[in-house]
Amino acid sequence: MTLLLSRWQFGITTVFHFIFVPLTIGLALLLAIMQTAAYRSRGDAAKQAKWEQMTIFWRRLFLINFAIGVVTGIVQEFQFGMNWSVYSRYVGSVFGAPLAVEALLAFFLESTFLGIWIFGKGRVSARVHLASIWLVSIGTMLSAYFILAANAWMQHPVGYKIQGNRAIMTNFWAVMTNSTLISSFLHVLTAALVTAAMLMLGISAWHLRRTQKAGEGPHPVFSASAKLALIVGVVAVVATMFFGDNQARLMEKQQPMKMASAEAVYNTQNGASFSLLTIGNLSGDPVFQIRIPHALSVLSDNSWDGSVQGINQIQASETAKYGKGSYVPVLWVTYWTFRIMVGCGILMFLGLAWGMVLLYRRKLDTSKWFLRLAVPALLLPFVANATGWIFTEMGRQPWVVYGLLKTAKGVSPIGTGYVVTTLVGFTAIYSILAIIDFGLMARYAKLDPDSVDEHGQPKPTGGDGSADDVTADFDGDSEHHDDRAPALIY
Amino acid sequence: MTIATVAPAYTGLEIFWFLIIAVLWSGYFVLEGFDFGVGMLLPVVGKTELDRRVMINTIGPVWDGNEVWLLVAGGATFAAFPNWYATLFSGFYLPLFLILAALIFRGVAFEFRAKRVMPQWKLAWDHAIFWGSLLPSILWGVAFANILRGTPIGPNGHYLGSFFNLLNVYSLLGGVTTLLLFALHGSVFLTLKTTGEIRERAQGVAKILAPAATVALLGFLAWTYVNAHHANNTGIVPPFVPILAIAAVAAVGWLLREKLEGWAFVANAVALVGLVATIFLNLYPRVMVSSISPLYNLTIGNSASAPYTLKVMTIVALIFTPLVLVYQGWSYWVFRARVRRPGDPIDTVIDVSTPDVPPTGAAVSGAAGSGSTDDDGGAP
Ligand code: HDD
Ligand code: HEM
Ligand code: HEM
Repeated sequence: MTLLLSRWQFGITTVFHFIFVPLTIGLALLLAIMQTAAYRSRGDAAKQAKWEQMTIFWRRLFLINFAIGVVTGIVQEFQFGMNWSVYSRYVGSVFGAPLAVEALLAFFLESTFLGIWIFGKGRVSARVHLASIWLVSIGTMLSAYFILAANAWMQHPVGYKIQGNRAIMTNFWAVMTNSTLISSFLHVLTAALVTAAMLMLGISAWHLRRTQKAGEGPHPVFSASAKLALIVGVVAVVATMFFGDNQARLMEKQQPMKMASAEAVYNTQNGASFSLLTIGNLSGDPVFQIRIPHALSVLSDNSWDGSVQGINQIQASETAKYGKGSYVPVLWVTYWTFRIMVGCGILMFLGLAWGMVLLYRRKLDTSKWFLRLAVPALLLPFVANATGWIFTEMGRQPWVVYGLLKTAKGVSPIGTGYVVTTLVGFTAIYSILAIIDFGLMARYAKLDPDSVDEHGQPKPTGGDGSADDVTADFDGDSEHHDDRAPALIY
Repeated sequence: MTIATVAPAYTGLEIFWFLIIAVLWSGYFVLEGFDFGVGMLLPVVGKTELDRRVMINTIGPVWDGNEVWLLVAGGATFAAFPNWYATLFSGFYLPLFLILAALIFRGVAFEFRAKRVMPQWKLAWDHAIFWGSLLPSILWGVAFANILRGTPIGPNGHYLGSFFNLLNVYSLLGGVTTLLLFALHGSVFLTLKTTGEIRERAQGVAKILAPAATVALLGFLAWTYVNAHHANNTGIVPPFVPILAIAAVAAVGWLLREKLEGWAFVANAVALVGLVATIFLNLYPRVMVSSISPLYNLTIGNSASAPYTLKVMTIVALIFTPLVLVYQGWSYWVFRARVRRPGDPIDTVIDVSTPDVPPTGAAVSGAAGSGSTDDDGGAP
């Protein structure tokens, strides 16, 4: 029972953390690009004003998101010890190292320079201020690299030996250049950019529709944001698919069971077809199925008639290798999460390509359907991220460290009551955070950049007149009351 | 599984990492200590909404960086002493959950409080900051007291007790001690970073807290020392460490009366470091004490990671720690000025730890232009 609850707790808290993480990584980079554009157009007042207004708008959403990313991350840091103490003892020598290095290299960088970036305007030079957002962005990427190094080692252990009853690191370099890590880092990083781009596109589209309906011209901030989002998004989504395909290939070699279970391929086949969709029973004879001939072989082996191993064969070989037991993950989870992730990717690619055509024809600002659909489409990357991780992690089961340690063996010997308490506690806390975050994001996303002035104060005429109109954003953009003191935040 | 696997004798690296972890906790107590303190004093020193905003702004740019000291301490423990990490956090399960819950609400409160103007909204987040600062301040003291006092740890390093084993007079005294020290630290910090009435109130609070914190620390360290003596522990605390800590906190009140606030802050920081140092020196070479049998103690030998891991980590730490210290120090320099309420007089007291730039020709008050063009801003 402790095991089951601990798994639920880990899954819930980690998936929740990863709602915010990709947006942080992606938006930090986009903000750095925007602020650089503002900095470089200093000679041209109109252009500079546009880029600055853009930076201010997106930065509000970035900071709301960042706050939750940080606090949910703190939980992650200690969870391994809390609920997975046996696992922690077993892997600490290898797995702990990237985690410690991440905190030292990445978290200090992110948090310190974020402080400078939020509060430092006017206290440091424009250049240093610009450098600080770049350092934040680099920090988020470093953080992703190191944490994925830890995770990739669980998927594909390298650079270690078993000594006594634990794994011991023998080659740090091997851990940091794990092929699984490189491939997964590139996939996650580009997925993060897709996430930020889709959010930016969706919100810009909402504003463009709003001004369109009001018979006003498109707001320059949102035309420019939509354009930037489209260009970044379309490149990033193609890259995500490319690196994802690369991961699938590695997976066929490193974790064949995961690949087979993603596809529900029961018996080894040559020239395997890719199952697009199944209705009915995955195991027996499905009621309805769409398959693309040979596609699976191409995907995982890069050849038309490549061989794809089946679940039954792998189960037999793993039993021979590791002893009795089932080595098959929960099939419906792996099968469907993989399809949903890939499906979201394809949908986003099609949508972004459509947007590019409109952009090329200069019809983006006036289109109706594209702008309408782009708003709900901002959920797609979030769905893809969550399903991608659930697939990766559930597909590795029953192992927590592939081939070395089973999940069931890694759990802490603690009473079920304790885990119930924290599971309920974290779920409740996270639900509250989710509601607040969603409310604030929606509120600030709808803000008209012209109804608040450059200091984030509401303009006398602006606002929708509701009593608690959004005022003032938080931060260093408001005028300094004293140039020696950090700006006041009302 | 049993825990003792490798390394029968200690290598220098295990001692080095024990030291590093002690340094990380000291850094955490000294830095996050004052932002916990400011958080706890929010309802005491902050009479109006504006006061509270000013108080939060004194720590706004730095609290997250301060919290990273905790994350590094956690990560370093995981990598260097996996058994310690595993036993500590699975054993102290519920208190750790409470700490995490507190840190969650407190962290988002800093960012979200200003997001809406409704008074109820701000009030709710003020509560989050208050409780979110108060709870961890007590619980870290309770946790460290228990690490040292001993908890029921069995032969495999598994914690065999329950939540209630962690509640005892000694550990609660530890909790009160850290609570008072952090509150004092925050109030002295506020006297350095604010002006006008807020500053006066913070001074008043600090003068009350200083003797209370002195008594608590004296009690806690004396008890710790007597305990260690009785148990004939291997602890190698030279008595001057706890004595220095107590002397430092005792000096805080006097320094405040002499208006040497910068030095008062330094003295309190010394007291905090002395507290952590006493605990770690007393622990050495153990990292967690078992109350069941000394045989089950976790030590730097039986809980350490492999020598290779320690070597790699040492190299990384030696390269990057100085860099981190430099830029974190620089960020404190950037935000060295006092935070004022609009209209409050400029305070010209100059003291050691906040080298306020004397008012230059630039506009010292009012809004006009001074902060809005980037290039001529307040760069040092
Ligand atoms: C691919 C990226 C990625 C992944 C898989 C994870 N994180 Fe994360 N994490 C980040 C990327 C990130 C980030 C982008 O760096 C965050 C998100 C928002 C933020 O502030 O930094 C962050 C924040 C963050 C923080 C707070 C840092 C601070 O105070 O500034 C901690 C302690 C962790 N994470 C720890 C973890 C652990 C132990 C994970 C493993 C289960 C984990 N994260 C998964
Ligand atoms: C941030 C994205 C991540 C997500 C969304 C995620 C998701 C999940 C999920 C859903 C589970 C539960 C599997 C199950 O219940 O069977 C799980 C398990 C686990 N994951 Fe991840 N994971 C992520 C990243 C990581 C990383 C980066 C690590 C390591 C550093 C990690 C380590 C683990 C461990 C130790 C478990 C064991 C618990 C279990 O198997 O149930 N995860 N993860
Ligand atoms: C459309 C083509 C895509 C393919 C072929 C693909 C392929 C894969 C594969 C094979 C994995 C599992 C790796 C492993 O377990 O070793 C994976 C994981 C993942 N995918 Fe995708 N993916 C695609 C699109 C996307 C998109 C569009 C997103 C998000 C915007 C996304 C986000 C993720 C995430 C977050 C993970 C988990 C992290 C990891 O293991 O790297 N994927 N993907």
